[in-house]
Amino acid sequence: MKITCFGIAREIAGGPSLDLPGVEGATVADLKHRLIAAYPALGELISFAVARNEVYARDEEVIAVGDELVIIPPVSGG
Amino acid sequence: MIDVALRDTPLNLDECARFVSHPSCGGLCFFVGNIRDLNLGQTVTHLEFDAYDPMAIREMRKIAGAARERFDLYAVALHHRKGDLAIGDAAVIVAVSSVHRAPAFAGCEFVIDELKKTVPIWKKEFREDGSHWLNARP
Repeated sequence: MKITCFGIAREIAGGPSLDLPGVEGATVADLKHRLIAAYPALGELISFAVARNEVYARDEEVIAVGDELVIIPPVSGG
Repeated sequence: MIDVALRDTPLNLDECARFVSHPSCGGLCFFVGNIRDLNLGQTVTHLEFDAYDPMAIREMRKIAGAARERFDLYAVALHHRKGDLAIGDAAVIVAVSSVHRAPAFAGCEFVIDELKKTVPIWKKEFREDGSHWLNARP
């Protein structure tokens, strides 16, 4: 499943998105663990969130086919 | 009334002022966030803003709406830049209006504080000794 990356996550992933297979049906918490396993540098950030369909996702949410997933590293706007 | 924008062109304070002005409002309050030349004692040459546009707009709308309800504001304008910015450029403008000044001050501060917490926009700082994404690492 394609996961879009912004900010420092783009540098960690080495591009504007990454691909993790078999994410459908997993929880957001599972997804975060798998992301850190695949990209340990994500675990070195202060924190990171996952957006699901343009809204911050809670850890217990279950990922469905067709979801738009985005890694949100610590924001620094303003 | 809410006006939210995320642009790669210069922001316009007059435009925001016009949007929030109303005959019933005696208090207009503005916050302008400019790019400064020093951060943590290091000379900054320029900044680059990355944004997840649709979610950033959505979050900015949520914050503006929450501020209107919480502080009984008449209008909120929230404009943010993206792309490459130079020293002195305005990165963000918050404009709010209310009948009296106290809610305008409080609402304006609330909007910029919340924006910095939740809106998916990222600042990359370029210094003489290299570049890095702000707030990302401990």
